[in-house]
Amino acid sequence: MKFGVVVFPGTWSDCDFHHVISEVIHQPVKYVWHRERDLGDVDCVILPGGFSYGDYLRAGAVAGRSPVVDAIRDFAAKGGLVLGSCNGFQILCEAGLLPGALLRNECLQYRCQSTHLLVDNVDTPFTRGLRPGQVLTMPISHGEGKYQVDAPTLARMRAGNQIVFRYATAEGQVTRAANPNGSLENIAGVINEEGNVLGMMPHPERAAEAVVGGTDGLLLFQSLLGSLVEDGTLFPR
Amino acid sequence: MKCRVLIRLRPGIMDVQGAAVQRALIGLGFGDLRDLRVGKVIDVDVDAPTAPAARARVDEMCKKLLANPVLEDYTIEIVEAPDLEAAHAVR
Repeated sequence: MKFGVVVFPGTWSDCDFHHVISEVIHQPVKYVWHRERDLGDVDCVILPGGFSYGDYLRAGAVAGRSPVVDAIRDFAAKGGLVLGSCNGFQILCEAGLLPGALLRNECLQYRCQSTHLLVDNVDTPFTRGLRPGQVLTMPISHGEGKYQVDAPTLARMRAGNQIVFRYATAEGQVTRAANPNGSLENIAGVINEEGNVLGMMPHPERAAEAVVGGTDGLLLFQSLLGSLVEDGTLFPR
Repeated sequence: MKCRVLIRLRPGIMDVQGAAVQRALIGLGFGDLRDLRVGKVIDVDVDAPTAPAARARVDEMCKKLLANPVLEDYTIEIVEAPDLEAAHAVR
């Protein structure tokens, strides 16, 4: 599976994603600069975390209108897989590829900590190797991760099973205390209606090797690789 | 033509920044403070023949980038326009 890792001025998780893809899951990967209008031959595009364009105006606002995002929009429309983590999630929302927006954390603090995520939807290319109700442990590192969306859209998202991860306790209880940023309904990750664009605030790439304290993030990458074959044919192409 | 865009969080969106500033002001003795919300001002100078044309152009900028409709409302004021200046001169 060929990966492209998008780099904006101010991106900081690009090297971590590149490392996990090339050294841990041993797949071909290249960097894609934000001015590129052509993604080239890739199966999955990663929008990593960081502070693209210094978070000026709003987190992800300027990046969400950059040339590479037009290419990603076309790529996603053709069924290509897109994963945005942290700032990548903010960029996908700003670009309109995912519903909602991310606001400043309710606690007003930058939160850099381990979180537990309840898996709500295992019917996606990114989570298909997981069990429904499974709890994953992954770090977050953000100042603006409070997910917000209007009530009619939220209702549609619920009906379409678009909420993929919610912040929970280690036992999988979705509580206010387990919510690190005040996110609506403890939402940590959502997928688009078509099911090929996932955005999440936590960092799977920072939990993909035992040496960094956990491997739950690796399960997402391995699910992706498993999604290459479906019903005896290559998926998604 | 000089325009001023005022961007505010929509009603119902919790303004944590405003709440923190409000608490600080109350701590400074402004117990009469009832509500406070923080917004943004963006000054835009746009090349346009008339005020409505400038407004339309800035409105497009707001829709495409300056404001996020999920979170924010905006208003556009014409700060300085040749036709306004002319009107003042007549007076």
